[in-house]
Formats: sequence, structure tokens, C-alpha cells
Amino acid sequence: MTQGFRTVSGGRIDRARVLRFSFDGHAYAGVAGDTLASALLANGVHLLGRSFKYHRPRGLLAAGSEEPSALVAVRRDAARYTPNLRATQVELYEGLEAHSQNRWPSLALDFGAVNDLLSPFIPAGFYYKTFMWPRRAWRWLYEPRIRAAAGLGRAPTQPDPDRYASRYAHCDVLVVGAGPAGLAAAAAAVGAGARVILCDEQNELGGSLLSDSSRAAPVIDGRPAARWLDDTLADLAARQVTLLPRTTAFGYFPHNLVALNERLTDHLAIPAALAPRERQWQVRAREVVLATGAIERPLVFPGNDRPGIMLAAAARTWLNRYGVLPGTRAVVVTASDAAYEAALDLQQAGLAIAMIAEVRDAVPAGLADLTRAAGIPVLTGATVLGTSGRRRVQAIRLARIRHGAVSEPKTLRCDLVLMSGGFTPSVHLFSQSRGTLAWDDAVQAFLPAVLAERARSAGACRGVFELARVRSDGAAAGAAAAREATAPGREGVCPAGALGRSVAAAAAGSAEELAGARGFAGALPQPQRARGKAFVDWQNDVTTRDLALATREGFRSIEHIKRYTTTGMATDQGKTSNLNALGVVSGTLGKAIPDMGLTTFRMPYTPVTFGSFAGSARGDLFDPVRTTPMHSWAVKNGAVFEDVGLWKRARHFPCPGEDLHRAVNRECLTVRNACGIFDASTLGKIEVVGKDAVTFMNRLYTNAWSSLAVGRCRYGVLLRDDGFVYDDGVVARMAEDRFHVTTTTGGAPRVLALMEDYLQTEWPDLGVWLTSTTEQWAVIAVQGPTARPVLESLVDIDMSAAAMPHMSVAVGHICGVPMRLFRVSFSGELGFEVNVPADFGAAVWEAISEAGQAHGITPYGTETMHVLRAEKGYIIVGQDTDGTVTPEDAGLGWAIGKNKPDFLGKRSLQRPAMTSADRRQLVGLLTVDPATVLDEGAQVMLEPAAPVPTRPIGHVTSSYYSATLGRSIALALIGGGRSRSGQTLYVPMPQGDVPVQVASPVFYDPKGERLNA
Amino acid sequence: MRDLTQARRGPLLKPGALVKTLPPATRFILRGGPAVRAAAEQALALEVPASPCRAALDGERAALWLGPDEWLLLASEGSAASRAPALSAALQALPHSLVDISHRQIALAVEGPAAETLLAAGCPLDLDARAFPIGMCTRTVLGKAEIVLWRTGTEAFRIEVWRSFAGYLCAFLAEAAHGIG
Repeated sequence: MTQGFRTVSGGRIDRARVLRFSFDGHAYAGVAGDTLASALLANGVHLLGRSFKYHRPRGLLAAGSEEPSALVAVRRDAARYTPNLRATQVELYEGLEAHSQNRWPSLALDFGAVNDLLSPFIPAGFYYKTFMWPRRAWRWLYEPRIRAAAGLGRAPTQPDPDRYASRYAHCDVLVVGAGPAGLAAAAAAVGAGARVILCDEQNELGGSLLSDSSRAAPVIDGRPAARWLDDTLADLAARQVTLLPRTTAFGYFPHNLVALNERLTDHLAIPAALAPRERQWQVRAREVVLATGAIERPLVFPGNDRPGIMLAAAARTWLNRYGVLPGTRAVVVTASDAAYEAALDLQQAGLAIAMIAEVRDAVPAGLADLTRAAGIPVLTGATVLGTSGRRRVQAIRLARIRHGAVSEPKTLRCDLVLMSGGFTPSVHLFSQSRGTLAWDDAVQAFLPAVLAERARSAGACRGVFELARVRSDGAAAGAAAAREATAPGREGVCPAGALGRSVAAAAAGSAEELAGARGFAGALPQPQRARGKAFVDWQNDVTTRDLALATREGFRSIEHIKRYTTTGMATDQGKTSNLNALGVVSGTLGKAIPDMGLTTFRMPYTPVTFGSFAGSARGDLFDPVRTTPMHSWAVKNGAVFEDVGLWKRARHFPCPGEDLHRAVNRECLTVRNACGIFDASTLGKIEVVGKDAVTFMNRLYTNAWSSLAVGRCRYGVLLRDDGFVYDDGVVARMAEDRFHVTTTTGGAPRVLALMEDYLQTEWPDLGVWLTSTTEQWAVIAVQGPTARPVLESLVDIDMSAAAMPHMSVAVGHICGVPMRLFRVSFSGELGFEVNVPADFGAAVWEAISEAGQAHGITPYGTETMHVLRAEKGYIIVGQDTDGTVTPEDAGLGWAIGKNKPDFLGKRSLQRPAMTSADRRQLVGLLTVDPATVLDEGAQVMLEPAAPVPTRPIGHVTSSYYSATLGRSIALALIGGGRSRSGQTLYVPMPQGDVPVQVASPVFYDPKGERLNA
Repeated sequence: MRDLTQARRGPLLKPGALVKTLPPATRFILRGGPAVRAAAEQALALEVPASPCRAALDGERAALWLGPDEWLLLASEGSAASRAPALSAALQALPHSLVDISHRQIALAVEGPAAETLLAAGCPLDLDARAFPIGMCTRTVLGKAEIVLWRTGTEAFRIEVWRSFAGYLCAFLAEAAHGIG
């Protein structure tokens, strides 16, 4: 197919560089500089998609990011399939493959279009009323069907193979929008010495200047606008302004944090292999200049959505920027002056203008002369009664209308209808910044009124439209922003009192300028029995009738009407529909627009890919993977790992042919009968040092620390101020003023933070300081009856029971390496924990492992550690406690220093509810059938097969098979548990209620003789 | 008895473009009040910065301000070890905390014209030389890892990071290097 609608010259395209592409499998040609939309129009293709609900044929309404209808999918390969792209923003490249959406079997013949005929039965909110019965059918029938029928593109099915970059940036002035206002602002700001970032969503910077006609090209600083633009951009680049085309400012967050999404490769035929597809910027700007322009409003009349019916400004862009004639014979319907420019541009390019239907009662004088000279007939006081044409508009019915009385009806043949309802300032980002808007009578629009951030608006987005005034407004904003951003003494923070400032309204423009921009909001007047759908929201298929229905059903708040009808709730954020919806509702309720209020604008301004948000945080980089110094040894020796927080910990070390269960049984028996070696490096460690260290420990932990001698260890319990167990661990006193505190693996950061918090805010008078040593030490636990002989040959310390009793610590060397040796046990066996500086961990581990061969040593993992400690009734904070467990509940009452005047949580423990006898207490459970292993988390009941509903009296917290005991064991928190010893309770499991007997939580060596060996 | 004193093994790292690992160092965290700072300065014959977020460098040794009562003391291996006893002795009478964390963290150097841009992929601070001059140091984040970042030159930064996060950090920077163009 040829580009039959391409002009011979003009536009910002390169006719010599032909690009081939396909749409729905048909081959077409476009040229460099085209978008998919402009290239299709050049080929005479206007039918680009089917609408969301009624499957109506749709074309292009707009030429920019506000396009609501022409959503397409672009496919590069099986994994690179991007749905719901606005055809107006898809830059053409050689070989581009695009597909239409929401149609079956084809775009031209779409069975879903039956919805259009059924529309009387599916008005707004129909799904709230229609699919109510039977209720159960909602889940398996109605919702899946509605979801399948609704929606536009389909999601890609394969993982995204592309790379996404991220960047933080800081600047004095961020300018959003590179039209005449933004360019002037950036130039003024950099001229004042500010660091400036200028971004724009389009592929070229220039905004409205890119669509200027050659017929009436503006002159700026004595140069044609196009040359001025080139010069200005070169100048900004030379002055180190960061220029970001293809970059959408999509979100405005507190403290002038603006999120930008930069599209890097989607416009390239063959992107570089490793290049990121997009880059998300988080810009922290001292000052922001919003120069986001204005969007032309469609007019609301029956049949206003047919392909070939578009905004007047869009038609100008097709012609002047892309060299495309969007039709052959046009009718212009307008309530603003801008459409006249479009009509004159198109007529000069050879397109026939059949008529201008002017909604206003009179044509502004200057324009009347121009149209008369051009020979274009004008109908004033006009309305549109309807249009016809299935896949492209073929005719339009115009008339004059007064108080519902129609006169001079006429039907005009045409293949293009241009409409202009005036311009709506783009206040999305300003609104996102929590700035408040106010209705401006002069401009007939909502404009920025009260600031919530260090921001200012310039140009059309605050109701200034005339080019010269736009430029001076931009320059003033840029200069003021630079002045405030670089003021002496200004740090990055907002000066007090800066926010909540009211914005001075732009000095009112000429009456001509304002009249030209104002236009019309709402539905064009219609006779009593008007037919056909008049669309307000193209993307969500919301018509005037839906809005009227909502008001008839009693909705009054615009927020409710929005949600009931879904108007303005599509991905286009109501860019073309919000003000018209307000106008329609305002007309129906007889309430002025400013009294109706405006709904909130939300981010993103235009849709952003998930990849952009994820950045590099996927796969191995999703989160840091923390490994210990002995990790490589564990990998080499076949460890199976589990994730514990960010750590990889060896869970078990299976021998060939062993599953988890067998490996754990073997590891447990080996530790009980010989010796095991275990990597405990992930435990948190905090060095608490200072003259007041013992006072600090006394205030924080429940235990009495004053009586702990240097060289001895104690099991410490840490509560929150509400009295519940927060963390636990062994604490060693290394010197009078120095404690080596250990915490749980997961608790390390929060315990340090809690300690630091108390020191800084409650007890700044204490002479004590904290240093995390978690990663300074590699910790190698050697546990079991033969642990002593394994280590004795390697260390320079007397390890005898007399010299190193249970819960003692010594400083010495192992194989010449400095060491802190703890005699502690989390297994119930004789045990030691070797602490060496981390870089020595691997070598020392290997040396111990080697020395242990003669003593039957085996490496064991976290699963075995869990079983061994459960056999002894040692709790794991976070597994056997859940933030509602007191030390007494957990059987740790003995760890409370009864004579201490205070400790963190002490007062809470004295509340009656905390000492009640029926609190859930930690007990052991023994299943009547020793082979049955209970599910962790299972509920515990008083009676078997209790009728529902019933109340459990507790739950299972830990449950294992114990090879040592030859039976299952479990720990549970049971209401009044310790008084139920011997009682039979019932645990509902998938196979039925399992009878269990309440027992002591210490299943093995209750006297602790093995510990003290 | 075997002697393993030469058997140090740091984390296995694959630094990407612009990044290199630095040799092991002796590191102490010193905490205490102004008197401690002054005494340490004298004992070490090295400036221990009183100004926030400033590092003092003297040949092979450096002191980094990390908090109002916290400094990171760095030295290439050997040189500072000899000064540690002197420091301990000088601080004896003053309430303070001195903790050896030589093995807790490792150091990376990020160098080259794109160093700032590379770090900006994951560090939310303003790294422009006007805001982050040579000699500035601070705790911050890079991607999802906490680091100490120190600008050592116009185009050079030193990163101190806990050893278990170093692998992640190198992979993060290698990935980020693809995105700085």
C-alpha cells in the first residue's frame, strides 16, 4: 500500500527514509519521524481499535499521550509483547509489528460489537445489579466472564527479558514539559546559574512548536520558531542542562520528589543487546517548574466516537508535524478559536472544508474575515445531531438549536470531523503534589491555586495561552525558581512557611486569547428525543446517558458518580473526559461546575511498565543474598540451603540417597552420640562497651547482670515495653565494661536499633556504646559428647570442665588465630562455639572438621539444630513466641531478675492480664501414636470432633520427629497449659482429630547432666 | 598445632566495570565524647574529624566521622595495628568504646569519569561534587545494601560494606554499569 495521504513536503519527517511495518498482519510503509498513528493515517487507515465495553470501531481522537482509543500492542518477539500502547506514542521503526486489540476474529468484523446493540441492557453499574444471584456464581461464572469480556490488551505470557535501569538525580530546578514555556523556564534557570533538568514525554523537545504550520509560523526572537527551537536546544545542551526527551514525569511525591520514566530503546529497530529498555529517574528538585501545557477537549454529541472524528489540534499535528492529511473532506465543529487555525492549515494543504459549525452564537471578528476569504461556510449557534458511517465517519447531521427547538438541519458528507471544545490545562502533576485547584472564571478551567510543594506552573497549564505570554511566563517561572533554589543559606529542605502559598493568578490575557481558549464543557444541546451514544469517556465507554442515569439513581458527589460510571477512571486518567463529565453532570443537576468540585488526579500520568519500577531488583538482585564465610565449604559438601531472612543457611547435609528426614535423623543421632559441627555465624552480635555497660544491660534485659562475673555467660531475654518477648540470646561478660551480646539471626538489626534508640532518647547520660560485630566473627558451633577432644588439640586454652564450665567464655587462639571460645549449648549436649575473625572462618572450620574425623564429627544444618533444641524445650523467638508471649508464658520466668528495680517491660508484666492463670503457656505435646508428627500451626482442642464453631485452646508451635527419642515431639502454647499436665487434648489434622497428651516441654535429659559433662 | 594465621579468605567477589576490590584493612569503630576524639587524635597523630560526614586521610590511615560519637578508623594492614595499643592506652581513663571490626566489612573502589553516575543507580544522595565533595563520607544505601560512602577523589569513591552484602553489591554495580550510557 502507498502512503496516499502523505503531503509532498513539510513536517518533521524524512521522506527519503522509508520504514516498513505491519498492522494486524498487513504490510505498510511509513517514514522516519512517523509514529505508528501518523504512518497508518498516511496509508488511509483510520480504524485502529475496538472500544472497551461496546466494541465500537475506534480511530484516533488525539495525536499525543492523551489518546484514549487507539491502543495497540507491539510485538518484537514472543517475550517482548507490549499491550495497550497509545499508537500516537509508538515511534515507527523498520519492521515494527503492531496489532489491534479487543476484537475477535478481526478488527473489521468483531463479534463483541453485539454489545453495542445490547447496550440498553448494560448501562453503567449493570454488573452491580445483574449478577447478584446466585451469589456463588459470581466467583466461577460472572466475574471470570466479565473479566474476559472487558479489558483491552492481553498480558505478555513470558518473563520480561529486558533490562531496566534506575537513577537518582538532584537538581536546583526540574522543568516538566519542553514546550515554549518549559524551554523558556529552563533557559532562564540555567542562565541564573541553576542545575537544571528538562524532561518531556515526546520524542522531540518543543511541545506545541512541533505542530506549527508553515502558513502562519510564529517568529521568536526574530527567527522562525523551528530555528529558534534548534538554537535553544543546542544552547541548553551546551550549558549542561540535562535534556530528557521520551521521558514522562508520571508521579509527584512529597518533598519535590518527581518520578520520571525514560524510554530508551522502544523506538529502535535493533536495540543494543545489553542496553536497558527504560530508565526510571527519581529526581529530588529544590524547585519544580510545571510547564505541562493544555489538552484540547472533545465535544460531546451523538456518534462523536467514529473513526475520522478527531480533535482539531490533532489534525494540525498530523498535517504540520507528520505531513499527513487525515482525510479529504472535513467538517469542523468548534467552540474555540483554535479549530479555525486547523481548518485554514488543512484547506491550504488541499483538504476540502465543507463547513465550520460554530457552537458559539457568533464567530470572532478576525476569524470571520479569514473564513470568508477562504470561502469556508460557517454555521453559528450550531449543534451536532448525529453522525453516520460504520468504520469511518461518512456524514454528519448539523442543525441550529434554541431551547430544544431544531432549525436548519442539514446532513453533510465528510470523511473527517474536527472538533474543539477549548483547552483543559494539564494540572495532573500539580494536583498529585497535593496542590489545590480553583475554578477560574476568566479561563473557564481549574487552575493551580494553593501550593503544597516548592513548585510553580507556567504557560498553558495555568491558563496562559498566547505564545509570547507563554514564553515570558515560562522565563519568569524559571528565573524565580532558580533564584529560590540557589538563595544563600538554602539547604535542600523546604524553608518554613514556604508551603500553602497561594499562587497569583496569571495576569488575564486579552479577551481574544481567553475567548479562544475557553470553549465548551458538557454535552452539546440536543432535542428532547435524541438518539445515539454521545461519549464523554472514550476509553471506558461512558456516555451522557450513563452520567444521567447515575444522577437519576441519586448520586450527587462527583466522586461517587465517577466510581459508579467509571468516567475518568481509565488508564488515560480522564485527560479528555473529566471536564466534559463535570459539565454534563453540572447541567443535569443544575449546579455550577466550581460547586461540583473535581476528582483527584492520581499517578501515573500515563501507564508505566512494571519493569521500570522493578529496575534491577529481580532474580539474584531482588534482595541481597547473604552468605557466611563457610558458605563455599557447605556448597562443596552438598548442603541443602534455606532462606533465613536474607541469609542462606545450610538446612541439612544429606549423604547420597538421603532425604531431609533421614539426613536429619542421622545428624541428630551423631550429635547426641559423638559430635556435630554447625555454622552459627548468622547470629546477631553486638559489642556493648562502656563504664555503664552493666547498668544498660540491667535496664534492657530481664536478667540480673551485676552478678555475672567476667568470663561467664548468661541466657538473656529482651522484652518490648509491652512485656512480650522480643529477642533472646547468650550474653558473655568479656570485661567489667564489655559485653558480647548475641541475638537471633533475624532480630540482629532490630535489637541494635532498639538499643540505640533507648540510648539516644531515654538514657543519653549512660556512658555506653554499641557496635555491631555480627559479621566480624565467624561462629563455629561444635556440639556433642566428643566436642572437647575435637577442639582441645587445636586451641591454646584449658578446656576442662573445671576451667571452662557450662556458660563460660575464654579468649585465646585456635591454630594461632585469635578466638573467643564460648562454652554454650543449644543442643543440650556438651558444646562450644568458636568465634574467629570472619576471614579465618573457612580455614578454622576445615581444621576442626579434619580434627573431628577421629571423633565421628558430622556437619549439621538448621533443621537438626531445630530438632535438638526442641528435644530440650529451648524456644525459638518468632516460632514458639509470636509477640503475645511473656517470659512466664514461655517458661522463662527463671530468667527474670526478681530483685531488679526495673527493666524494659517490667511494668507491663505486672498487669493482671499478664499474670492470669489461663494465659497460653508453653508445654510439650506427645501424640498417642508416636509415629504421628503434628502440623506446626495446628489448633489444639479440648474435645474431639467439637461442633463448629468452637474455640481452640491453643496451637502447635514446633513439631518434629525425634530420632533420639524414637517418637514425635511437639511444643505448643496452650491456655493454662502447665496445669493440664497429663491431660488428653485433640489436634485437628487433615486425617482427623489426633489425640495428644500434655507433657513437659523438656523431652530429653531434663536434669541437664549432658550439658555439664 | 597448625598455624592458620596466613589463611585469610575474604568473600569471593566479581566486581564489574569501574569497580575494584581493595586489600584487607585494619578497622576500628571508636565511640565516645569530644574528649575521646581529641585524645584519639593525639594518640594516632591523625586528624579525627569533628565535622559531620568528613573523613581525614593521612597516607595509609584514615578517620571517618560516622556520627556525633562514632568514627571509623582505617589503616592498611600492619600500620595501624601498631597504633592500636597506643590508642587503647591513651583512652584508658576516658569513657569510650573501641571495637575491632577489621573483618566485618570489605572495601571497594569505584573510579572513573562515570563513577558518580554509576553510584546514582542505587544511591539516593546528591553525589555532585558541589554537594558531596572530596573528603565527604556518610552512611547511606546502595541498592538494598547499607554502605559507608567516601569520596576520595574527583572521580573516585571508596565503599565500605559488610562482608555478606559485598557479593550483592558487586553484582548490583555490574548490572548498573549497563545502564549508565
